[in-house]
Amino acid sequence: MLARRREIPWFPGAVLAALVFTAVFAFYLAPLSPTEGDITQKLIPPVWMERGDSAHPLGTDRFGRDVLSRIIYGSRISLIVSLIAIGVAGTIGTLLGLISGYRGGVTDAILMRVTDVGLSLPTILIAVVLVAVSEPSFTNVVLVIALLLWPRFARQVRGETLAIKEQDFVALAVVAGRSSTWIISRHIFPNVVPTLLVISTLQVGYVVLLEGTLSFLGVGVPPPSPAWGLMIADGRGFLATAWWISLFPGLAMVLTVLSVNLMGDWLRDHLDPKLRQLGRAAVLEAPAAASVGPAVDEAPVRGAAAGGDGV
Amino acid sequence: MWRYLTGRVLQTVLSMLVVISIVFVLTRLSGNPVHLLLDVNATERDQQILMHHLGLDKPLPVQYGIYVANIFVGDFGNSVLTRRPVVEHIWERLPATVELGLVGMVLSVLIGVPLGMYSAVRRGGALDLGARVFAVLGQSMPAFWLGLMLILFFGVVLGVLPAGGRGGPLHLILPAFTLGYFTSAAIMRLTRSAMLEVLGSDYIKFARLKGLHEQVVLWKHGLKNALLPVVTFAVMLFVQFLGGAVVTETVFAWPGLGRLILESITTRDYPIVQAGVLVLSALYLTGNLFVDLLYSYLNPRIRHARS
Repeated sequence: MLARRREIPWFPGAVLAALVFTAVFAFYLAPLSPTEGDITQKLIPPVWMERGDSAHPLGTDRFGRDVLSRIIYGSRISLIVSLIAIGVAGTIGTLLGLISGYRGGVTDAILMRVTDVGLSLPTILIAVVLVAVSEPSFTNVVLVIALLLWPRFARQVRGETLAIKEQDFVALAVVAGRSSTWIISRHIFPNVVPTLLVISTLQVGYVVLLEGTLSFLGVGVPPPSPAWGLMIADGRGFLATAWWISLFPGLAMVLTVLSVNLMGDWLRDHLDPKLRQLGRAAVLEAPAAASVGPAVDEAPVRGAAAGGDGV
Repeated sequence: MWRYLTGRVLQTVLSMLVVISIVFVLTRLSGNPVHLLLDVNATERDQQILMHHLGLDKPLPVQYGIYVANIFVGDFGNSVLTRRPVVEHIWERLPATVELGLVGMVLSVLIGVPLGMYSAVRRGGALDLGARVFAVLGQSMPAFWLGLMLILFFGVVLGVLPAGGRGGPLHLILPAFTLGYFTSAAIMRLTRSAMLEVLGSDYIKFARLKGLHEQVVLWKHGLKNALLPVVTFAVMLFVQFLGGAVVTETVFAWPGLGRLILESITTRDYPIVQAGVLVLSALYLTGNLFVDLLYSYLNPRIRHARS
């Protein structure tokens, strides 16, 4: 990968810090309202162009809403959707993965079959149908993404648990008569945390793309909210005359996903060398499993579902 | 081996049933198409007659049973709007989706493999750096936005390529590239790492010592051995293209199955949505199954590890 040095890579680090800052302080940073527009100010080009207006640095859309302000507020949507969806999916997936890996036997067999089914579904397609028929809303988008995401966590955490279970300190705890719950929460879970951190980071980019895709298709966060995907869809009809409506939110998205991905790669290299090897082995030996597994570097699958699925 | 095989087939069937159930339950719970079909002045009785005609007055489990039974005999019902058999609608649109998927796959292999190969050979050089930037960008760019920007640049600014619709080969370039960029990036990374591994091996050193031409060493001895994961991966990608057809087809107004599904969601034409998702999912799942089996057949290490 590009970053292999010890120190935190400055480019993705800076972009992500700026992104979080923007999302938190959107109210103070955005020059204008993200949803209220002045119709007399519609379709103004960016400030450096001929008809540009310094009040609207990145221009306005067809309702006269300020593009920059919308992008700034839109960062909130991307971040919050990612945080909640990954939080929910991570919790469920980790729990099931821990139980599955530690218990083994029938429990493991059943849980892993369910996980396999979850992993094998065509993500985008199912997400579109799920959100569309359950009425597009913020909550539904988050839930559907979480629903499609948890198997990735379960699969990976189970693998880790299997390995940790064989360690001496677990055997000692068993001999000492500790309960399964105690062993899982005190011995196994803490050892899974680094992996969890890496998977979560690598999924953020995927979730941002998925949320964007759903919004773009009109089955995501409903208008007039300033979701980046919605803004890009808004500008579709104005490509020839007002390209800035679609261009800038897309750039924001690329920059975000790029930084998260680079950061995830870096985290993986430094926190969890095991996962890296795991990823490679997964690609070389089990294409289908790799296709849906967590995004790992040489595994060509950072959300292959996402992209292959067409994000 | 047999155990693995049956396990995989069973799992595929199970996934298919899950898809069928999800789609069925959700489309039925989401609203009544009768309200969309009838005039606002329609009486209660008109609604009941239509519900009865469409079979919507039966209990949900019964509707589900009938639906699954019909699928097995290939009957997907009629479109609520056009009254034509759903199968006809699907057949009209499927070729466009498959065409786009195939061209997209070929394109991503044609870009990804050579790029990955030379990136490995010139490791650390300018070409390697460029190829890796290309790959990292490809995995971070939303396809729908890339598609729009391509339309903007080639369709609007330069005016050299059509902005949408299906027609001659020219119409294929932009959508196929949009579909293929992400995956060509993935293929490039995969080829690169496989090539790096192969290039360090003894038989490559030996081939060079024999005095073979460098191109022969690279293409014949190197790439051939690095290609197995790439080939299987490419088949898998094609399968995933089908699943993701919705996005690219929407951006480029491509008259394929994905767009049909999205249109039918808007008009609440349940039978088409169900059948469309089902057909795409079936292709996706059997494709993945095929790749898995092919791979375990080609690679004895997996075959034995799993049996």
